[in-house]
Amino acid sequence: MNPQNIKFSREELSRYNRHIIIPDFGLEAQQKLKASKVLVIGSGGLGSPILLYLAAAGIGTIGIVDFDVVDDSNLQRQILFGVNEVGQPKVEAAKRRLQSLNPYITLNVYNIQLTSKNALSLIQDYDVVADGTDNFPTRYLVNDACVLLGKTNVYASIFQFEGQISVFNYRNSKGEVGPNYRDLYATPPPAGLVPSCAEGGVLGVLPGILGSLQALEVIKVITGVGEVLSGRFFSFDALSFESRTFNIKRNPANPLNGTNPTIKELIDYEQFCGVKAVEKKIKEINAIELNDWQVRGEDFQIIDVREPYEYEIVNIGAELIPLGTVLDNVSKIARNKKVVVQCKTGNRSGKAIRELEEKFGFENLYNLKGGILGYIDDVKPELTKSKY
Amino acid sequence: MATVFIPTPLRKFTNTTPKVEIQGSTVLEVINTLTVNFPDLKRHLVNADGKIPSFINIFVDDNDIRNLQQEQTAVKENTIISIVPAIAGG
Repeated sequence: MNPQNIKFSREELSRYNRHIIIPDFGLEAQQKLKASKVLVIGSGGLGSPILLYLAAAGIGTIGIVDFDVVDDSNLQRQILFGVNEVGQPKVEAAKRRLQSLNPYITLNVYNIQLTSKNALSLIQDYDVVADGTDNFPTRYLVNDACVLLGKTNVYASIFQFEGQISVFNYRNSKGEVGPNYRDLYATPPPAGLVPSCAEGGVLGVLPGILGSLQALEVIKVITGVGEVLSGRFFSFDALSFESRTFNIKRNPANPLNGTNPTIKELIDYEQFCGVKAVEKKIKEINAIELNDWQVRGEDFQIIDVREPYEYEIVNIGAELIPLGTVLDNVSKIARNKKVVVQCKTGNRSGKAIRELEEKFGFENLYNLKGGILGYIDDVKPELTKSKY
Repeated sequence: MATVFIPTPLRKFTNTTPKVEIQGSTVLEVINTLTVNFPDLKRHLVNADGKIPSFINIFVDDNDIRNLQQEQTAVKENTIISIVPAIAGG
């Protein structure tokens, strides 16, 4: 729709008054916001402030893509949600919250995972994309889809105390297209090298800062006000408060839109990021088998790789060597008999075993399938898991 | 002496130091001296071919070394070298 034809109700004019009275912004910019359609991919740490500020600003149509449900551990930073939303699909909870903030906008929700099969058709209907995802395969997917469709991609990412932001694939008033993610990082790090927020942690307020900056850049892209962060890459260290704005350029070797483009359609991003690597099989036993060994008096060692606070809640008498310290405590792990490695569900213990086998050549390790939760269910229901 | 900013994910290999002063006349010399002083950094900053992996960007002041002279980019007194790895959290 042509922004100049956009009309506002009396209520809207009152609501957006503080935008409209800024001399360099005005009704014209507000009309552009109302006429625009923005797709926000991810409604978590970054997505929350992006969505809140874009809804508040009066973006006419906002699409939200997320397949996740609200979890307790999200509430430290995902300020779209509260206690009452735990367990609900994020997009549904987000829609309710945002609609109550601004009833004059349209919210489209997509309770799905963005994939190579649906990304183009989803993004096609929107003017600008804001990337609030949390993993490398999806970031490359969003980037490539935006370049193939000619859409601006307002990108940011965070890790522990650091954040980055840039505006990719932006076409300026002279028709020049700026760099995109592949110009900055041609290939992703090997799978497992850079932890996710769930594994490495993140200071809750940090995505609030970067996501707010993303909302700012979306508004600038749509209204044409100010200088969009295209061809520039802003990096922020929350601890030292150091920040730098680096100059970045398009790379002629970019396979998407360099001098000789070779990528003309979306690819398998998990394969590209090495996430699909086949995991080496490890030995496993289940809780019933473990109990058999115990009852029969078999000679073996059990190691628990959970954290001390988890051990305090409930344990089965195993030797505690938290996951992060396993490689430094190899001497405590027996080589001459069977060793069972246990955690809460069997996930972390599997990781510990793979590392020990790869780096130290252990051949006597068994993963407790189902972890302590499985053991409580199948062997010792009298052990509490209610506080776990 | 150039100042090298160490990104958060790599600070565990520099005893949590966020900035290090290193002598060198090119980016390569600075990176080599850095990895001699902090050997655990080496496997993250230099791959098997002796090159900086493409998921790590190095900026000399505000510019990407890939737009300058790559590892041969000159380094002067007061040059700031920023190591910026790819991160994906959101």
